[in-house]
Amino acid sequence: MEGLDCESGDWLDALRDTGPRREAAVARLHDLLLRAARFEVARRRASLPHLRGGSFEDIATQSADDALVAVLAKLDDFRGESRFTTWAYKFALLEAAVRLRRLSWQGREVPLEPAAWDAFAGDRASPHDDAETRELLAALRVAIDEQLTPHQREVLVAITLTGVPIDVLAERLGTTRGALYKTLHDARQKLRRCLAGQGLDIKGVAG
Amino acid sequence: MSEERDTIRALLGPAGPELTCERCFEELDRYVDLELAGRHADLEVPGMRAHLQGCPACREEHESLLALARDS
Repeated sequence: MEGLDCESGDWLDALRDTGPRREAAVARLHDLLLRAARFEVARRRASLPHLRGGSFEDIATQSADDALVAVLAKLDDFRGESRFTTWAYKFALLEAAVRLRRLSWQGREVPLEPAAWDAFAGDRASPHDDAETRELLAALRVAIDEQLTPHQREVLVAITLTGVPIDVLAERLGTTRGALYKTLHDARQKLRRCLAGQGLDIKGVAG
Repeated sequence: MSEERDTIRALLGPAGPELTCERCFEELDRYVDLELAGRHADLEVPGMRAHLQGCPACREEHESLLALARDS
């Protein structure tokens, strides 16, 4: 594997070995993944004030366990283009992040006919906004209402205005994160084309 | 920057081509190690920066991996 650093090579050799060397490497890998999962839990625990301390450790352990299975199953996918530890960390971070985002929305309604849209659709431009911003906002409200499908509007509003995490929304709608992001992307492209077609300059605000 | 401008940016997303969430996850470790090595991560992984601007969940995961890998 071209460019593989020594430490990453040692990890791969040991994890592909048999017997005590592999067992020791798997245990070391689990420790590494648990460290990553605890790191993610620590970053997010403020958003979950109702959970007790023991629950956080359970979440970290479950995330590390699932990440270990994923890493071992995908070992042949590691291309050596990063450090092995960085590659492995991302699986534990993802497991923990998804669990914690779902927990933070557990028991909460995901608003698909949201107040956020009503608030946005109403005229709430601040008197301090410049004319360009006001014009763009007004055109966006109309475009979202008239150009997007109901599903595109639901996804766009939930993720960008209401702040529903994409994996929480995917779970509630029975779809995948990738499919939802495609919907979001298509909706945004439609809005950009619509605004550009009206001769509006969006580069100054949104690139 | 006003809240309204932030809202417009969030609604419209990134301007340029961007990776999908799946490709973002595949490339995230390489991108982070390139960043930490001071190399041109955005040139070597085109579309990643735009996706991180447009996808809040992937952005959070990038921030976590960058912070964790930096300390490793």
